[in-house]
Amino acid sequence: MLLTLSAILTDGLVYAAYLFIVAIGLTLIFGVMKILNVTHGSFYAFGAYGAATAVGIYANSDLPAALGFLFMIALAMAIGVVMGLVLERGILRLVYGRDEVVVVLVTYAVFLILEDVIVLIWGPRSYAAYQPMVAAGNTEIGELVLSNYDIGLVAIAAALAGIAYWALKFTRYGRLLTTVIFDRETAAAFGINVTLVYTVTFIIGAMLGALGGAVMAPKMSITLGIGVEVIVLAFAVVAIGGMGSIEGALIGALVVGICRAAAVHLVPQLELFVIYGVMALVLVVRPYGLFVRAQLRKI
Amino acid sequence: MSGRAQLVGGLLFLIAAAAAPVLPEWVASLVTIAFANALVVLGLVVLWRAGLVSFGQALYYCIGAYTVALIARWTGFTDAIALVLLGGIGAGLVAALVGFLLARYREIFFAMLSLALSMILYGVLVKTESLGSTDGFSVATPTFLGYAPHGQALGLSLYWLTLAVDAIAAVLVGSYFRSVTGALAAPIRDNEIRVEFLGVSVTRVIHAKLVIAGVLGGLGGALAALSIGHVDPNMSYWTTSGSFVFVTILAGSASVAAAFIGSLAFEALRSIAVDVMPSLWQMTLGTALLLTILFLPEGLGSLLGRLRGRAGAKP
Amino acid sequence: MSNYSRTSLALAAIAVASVVPAHAQQPAASAAPVKLGIVSFLTGPAASPFGIPGRNGAEIVIEAFNAGKAPAPFNQVGLGGSKIEAKYVDEAGTVANVVTEFRNLVQRDQVDAVVGYVSSGSCLAVAPVAEELKALTVFYDCGTPRIFEEKARSYVFRVSPHATMDSVGAARYLLAKKKNLTAFSGINQNYAWGQDSWRDFLGAMKVLAPKVEVDKVLFPKLFVGEYGAEVSTLLTSKAQALHTSFYDGDLEAFVYQEQTRGLDKRMTIIMTTGEAAIWRLRDKMPEGTIIGGRGANGPLARDTEIKKWFEKIYTDRYNIPPTYPAYQMAQSLLGLKIAYEKAAKDGKPNADAIAAAFKGIEFEGPAGHVKMVLGEGHQGITETAYGTYRFNKQKQMPEIVDIIRYPAECVNPPAGVEAEKWIADGMKGAKCN
Repeated sequence: MLLTLSAILTDGLVYAAYLFIVAIGLTLIFGVMKILNVTHGSFYAFGAYGAATAVGIYANSDLPAALGFLFMIALAMAIGVVMGLVLERGILRLVYGRDEVVVVLVTYAVFLILEDVIVLIWGPRSYAAYQPMVAAGNTEIGELVLSNYDIGLVAIAAALAGIAYWALKFTRYGRLLTTVIFDRETAAAFGINVTLVYTVTFIIGAMLGALGGAVMAPKMSITLGIGVEVIVLAFAVVAIGGMGSIEGALIGALVVGICRAAAVHLVPQLELFVIYGVMALVLVVRPYGLFVRAQLRKI
Repeated sequence: MSGRAQLVGGLLFLIAAAAAPVLPEWVASLVTIAFANALVVLGLVVLWRAGLVSFGQALYYCIGAYTVALIARWTGFTDAIALVLLGGIGAGLVAALVGFLLARYREIFFAMLSLALSMILYGVLVKTESLGSTDGFSVATPTFLGYAPHGQALGLSLYWLTLAVDAIAAVLVGSYFRSVTGALAAPIRDNEIRVEFLGVSVTRVIHAKLVIAGVLGGLGGALAALSIGHVDPNMSYWTTSGSFVFVTILAGSASVAAAFIGSLAFEALRSIAVDVMPSLWQMTLGTALLLTILFLPEGLGSLLGRLRGRAGAKP
Repeated sequence: MSNYSRTSLALAAIAVASVVPAHAQQPAASAAPVKLGIVSFLTGPAASPFGIPGRNGAEIVIEAFNAGKAPAPFNQVGLGGSKIEAKYVDEAGTVANVVTEFRNLVQRDQVDAVVGYVSSGSCLAVAPVAEELKALTVFYDCGTPRIFEEKARSYVFRVSPHATMDSVGAARYLLAKKKNLTAFSGINQNYAWGQDSWRDFLGAMKVLAPKVEVDKVLFPKLFVGEYGAEVSTLLTSKAQALHTSFYDGDLEAFVYQEQTRGLDKRMTIIMTTGEAAIWRLRDKMPEGTIIGGRGANGPLARDTEIKKWFEKIYTDRYNIPPTYPAYQMAQSLLGLKIAYEKAAKDGKPNADAIAAAFKGIEFEGPAGHVKMVLGEGHQGITETAYGTYRFNKQKQMPEIVDIIRYPAECVNPPAGVEAEKWIADGMKGAKCN
């Protein structure tokens, strides 16, 4: 019994880490720009494929494994930055004034295009980048065998959450961002360069999305379509957490992660419904997600 | 729609109906499916005018489809007209029930909650192995008030039935848009609180819209089930909802006709993309759609308005 | 006569000359090509493991046919002397899309036959449409037995055996190899394929070894990719064997994740479609894994001339040995060729003639001997084979050893009996040696 509970806790944390890493980029972009960025799935996929390429290049040289991991991360983040910049300046800029839903459609169209760009660059075959995960080995805690890479993921997620929190509260840019989240017009009226803030935010969001893909790459098979499922997961976490709230995304990820782990261990039939059930329950109780910012009502 | 627009619309429907026997069969079946989907899109337009985007219309689409398929399977009753109506009513009932909850949500929370509900139905259907799980099952061949056609005659009958249902829906929704509750959509979208101050229950109006959209979704699903001849849980998956939303925004909310034009254009575009670039059709589709969004700000429906000499036509 | 038909006639003449009297007089080579629609997943996650090998298998075999280079008795050019023009269509999309594209192939592009379909859902949706349009259709990969059990078909055929034999074969091999088995677990994807595979395996195990217990039964969502909780659950399981019908992305992710935590050291994994993954997992595929390949395909195939021929032309072109979807496509095309040429003796055959000729045929292909005996002559059966995986470190090559072959009548239901019922009733009539 204790074993099962500890397993649920550890598994829940690992899955929560995965969800948080995947969702943080989306939550940021959504919070600041109010854009449901469907292209987030593409950033994730590009990050994963980039990681596969990096690991491939790396495996042929003889440098230590830890450096390989950093190389993978760096490449993915670079990809994210470039893609974010190109997309934001190139395409999104053209549709900013329009209805929010139209902007979502643009990101969806771009997502479709990028899915086939992946095929053009990397072909339809699947890739593997398992080396970092295998190199990390495992740890045995009593009867539980945990993958060190999973533990690392939890650490990365926690670090990301910490950095995001610190950046938003204690750096100048972070506070600018918070202002823009609250009220874009007033922020602009105070002289904040909202356009620049948008661009930088989008780039950071893209980078985080690609980072998510890179960090998850060693665990899975990198194949066509990995961007698709990730989108709905990320959206669900954002909806549970509340718009643009990093704390919300964290709590949301933890709730879903633990519930899912509990389902797999105890009631496997419910596993399919868990994330949607949790989302529905949270929304019924808190219609604006867990962490609601005080909204001004326009009368 | 003004009286003149209604006349033009009616004429176009008649032409489409008359053209059926000379259209190649594969075109006719493509048009039938596109027009079935157009009903779902019409429901989404109703909601979009009030500022709501539902990512869960697949729920009603699926309910309409499965109602038809299950009734035919369990009772052997195959009259197409009755089945389609039952599909619409079934979906409408669910929409009425679900609407009590859903009508209180807005923006992304509305979108995600509607998505969650459709995915719960998906999960239930996947777990139901007796209904074939993800493989689904076949829909019996429909009959039409005793007439039991096969081959091309069957295709034509379904085509005409779909056109008829679409025409009736277009007229009814058009008059809804001109009615008071219909016209309240734009004010609700802009500023709900003021509308409340006018003494109108916004929740009730939205609830009504949800039911309308649900019925339309169910009718669309029922017709699609009969045309495709197969139902599967994927009809309730979020990507199905997503593609309906996609077509809606592509079409624009300018007019009732937008739903039909947009749906037809999307279906044709997809088919052409698959034909021309079998391995890269997603890119072709995405590019075409991106170009449409960038150059046609009000959606495809506005093309009609421009042809009439005014952009962004009113109903 | 155009250059084209002259070449065809010349090749046909050479074929006649080199093949001994078993064939009746060859029909005059016709100039009009035979159009085939080939449908498989060209995009999406099912493309890499199934759709693309299937497509490549079709491409290379059709090329060989058109050059008249296939081994006898398949050495007539194209189909019945007419070159084949293939149109490749993507299976991806909703059922509505699949049906629309099928209609497009038959009515707009006027193909003479359609060969394709990986997903059982597609096959189930297309079958009634094929019947309605009287379009000759050959399903190459989809596994559900329902196609011919639900309704009799006239124009639909499937040369590849259905998925029941994979599960029955797996059960028999497992019990042959692990005589001290007390419990087994299962992890399968939560959709029709995974559910059906598990149900058949469970049913077969209940019949063959009723005392063996079932421990953990896991059904993760399709394509979820993250199996931490599942691996944890299985680590606490007391089973000695784990059944899975996972494929490609999910299979690889599961293998990487479980291997890091040592699951395969605690229990033997049975992968019913593992053969498709061995060339990519290579030394990462756990030693001792029980591998199936949906029949005697790839390394599980008998080393016949025709198998060697197919393996060579495929590997030469695509730099990787053919996996079972490619074999299935080859078998399907070979079966179609036999039927077409049988029917073509009186000039270009229509769908009815090809269908009449296809019923009940028997032939030898790269995946072994095929008999179309189920579904009133529309569904084929072959033997199946299971083996154990070893990675040969010297040659740096995957190997499957300890192969046991099960005759077709041992692992397939007899004619007229539904597969699920057959297993539930104790697999009566199974002829194993």
